[in-house]
Amino acid sequence: MSALRLDGVSKHFGAIQALNDVSLAIEPGEVVGLMGDNGAGKSTLVKVIAGNFAPTSGALYVGDRKAEFHKPRDAQRAGIEVVYQDLALCNNLSAASNVFLGRELLRKIGPLRLIDYSGMHAKSAQLFARLKSETRPRDLVHRMSGGQRQAVAIARTLLTDARIVLMDEPTAAISVRQVTEVLNLIRNLRDHGIAVVLISHRMPDVFEVADKIAVLRRGRLVASKRAAESSPEEVTGLITGAIEAA
Amino acid sequence: MSTNSTLDEIIGASEHKSLLARLSSRQTFWVFLAAVLACLALTLLTDTFATERNLFNVSRNFAFVGIIAIGMTAVIASGGIDLSVGSTVVLSAMTIAVIMSGGMPIWIGIPVALLAAVAVGLVNGILIAYAGMPAFVVTLGMLSLARSLAMVLSNNKMIYEFGPDHSLLLGLGGGSTLGMPNPLIVLAVLAVLTGFAFRWTRWGQHLFAMGGNEQAAKLTGIAVKPLKVSVYVFSAFTAGITGILEVGWLGGVTTNLGQAMELSVIAAAVIGGANLAGGVGTAFGAVVGALLIEVIRNSLILLGISTFWQGAFVGSFIVIAVAFDRLRSARSSE
Repeated sequence: MSALRLDGVSKHFGAIQALNDVSLAIEPGEVVGLMGDNGAGKSTLVKVIAGNFAPTSGALYVGDRKAEFHKPRDAQRAGIEVVYQDLALCNNLSAASNVFLGRELLRKIGPLRLIDYSGMHAKSAQLFARLKSETRPRDLVHRMSGGQRQAVAIARTLLTDARIVLMDEPTAAISVRQVTEVLNLIRNLRDHGIAVVLISHRMPDVFEVADKIAVLRRGRLVASKRAAESSPEEVTGLITGAIEAA
Repeated sequence: MSTNSTLDEIIGASEHKSLLARLSSRQTFWVFLAAVLACLALTLLTDTFATERNLFNVSRNFAFVGIIAIGMTAVIASGGIDLSVGSTVVLSAMTIAVIMSGGMPIWIGIPVALLAAVAVGLVNGILIAYAGMPAFVVTLGMLSLARSLAMVLSNNKMIYEFGPDHSLLLGLGGGSTLGMPNPLIVLAVLAVLTGFAFRWTRWGQHLFAMGGNEQAAKLTGIAVKPLKVSVYVFSAFTAGITGILEVGWLGGVTTNLGQAMELSVIAAAVIGGANLAGGVGTAFGAVVGALLIEVIRNSLILLGISTFWQGAFVGSFIVIAVAFDRLRSARSSE
């Protein structure tokens, strides 16, 4: 049973065909590297999966159930979480507060419902430990490295029982050492049976962690194959169109 | 493994320092220290500062600015600004004055005045949050509008007769309870409640999240728009309270009450550590900022320095406080 299956998904914006008959299956605990040039339809595909856009035609299945998302919350409820490129973190708050942002733990004291900081610190410490990250719950995000910030954003997705995590260019703007850290975070998610869709331009990063490579060109899925059976050269050819399909 | 844990401990120790070290890294602490030192110096230099009468005046004067500075801190921490508070003060004051001088009791006057203030905040908040207009422009318009309404309401006349509950109203703003001026008590209660709400409620947490990164707050599902409205309603509410208390203290209202008050209030909030970029500010800081401004003002008078210098001193303190904060954050991010 696939974690997520797209069946003939198309998305038009007026006359523009952003996605054209995309069919793709993602298994639990599988890392899929989604690649393509600018404008190939990567972000549209992510937004369809995340519930920002409804597909013009075609269907999504989560597990074996047909899913209809009208807003991002619907996708979240189905176990789909997105780590945005800018990470959507508040620099002025602590790591724990960011992890729980919008879903704070509350403690009832008489008629008051107060934020349960100790509970939030304990739970986020657990999540960071699970991700094998050195991030500390009380630290302000403002002072964190790119890798630690990624850990905070990813820990947020683990709060709910996410089954699929979409990551938009997680390694685009960070140092080489931090890239290793982020790739380890991705492996960690995979080891916990979570399916990861990694959207990236960086060929070496994708080949280092991805089990499967999916390539989009002009809204069409031109390849979906095991990373071990492909090569950076082939993928480059697929992205540019030098190779028609594989 | 053991080296790992010791490294962790060292980093941990350096980041979660002792109470004193943490205090000294806060702008509020230094401003508080400056205010205390100024008070001490004045006590030694003059024989008028530490008199009961002067202290009573100082504490009452700064309470008015302090109460609104708490509301302003909420607005600034949420990433906005409210220029209309001075006009909201006069609108609230004029509303209660007109109602009570018409023979109505105080228990009708107070809620209606607060309602008028809250209405100002609602209009501000709705235009900013739902129509997406810049806070600066909306509240600048409201600054003009609310004062004009107060003029219309009173026909621009001074009101100093407040009907059957005349003495109650004067006692509320001008009197004291257990030796403390009433406005100071209101300030203290409001500061404690707001400080508590900032730290321990979802409202506070979301307010600071919105000020830190509004987009992130939105993406994590925080209802940003109603939250924004609540912040402007809160600041207008604090201005409304001040309006009621100030009528009582002055014993009369004219339509120039609260003129340019927004500037002292913003100054107090900023000196107290609120960051105009959003995401930073404390209720205690607002109180301390207001205190420092009033102590400077009072000391110039007591030391016989021309009051023309007042603006220069307050202005310099705003710049110094913010420069100090910049310097500190530049050092810590190295």
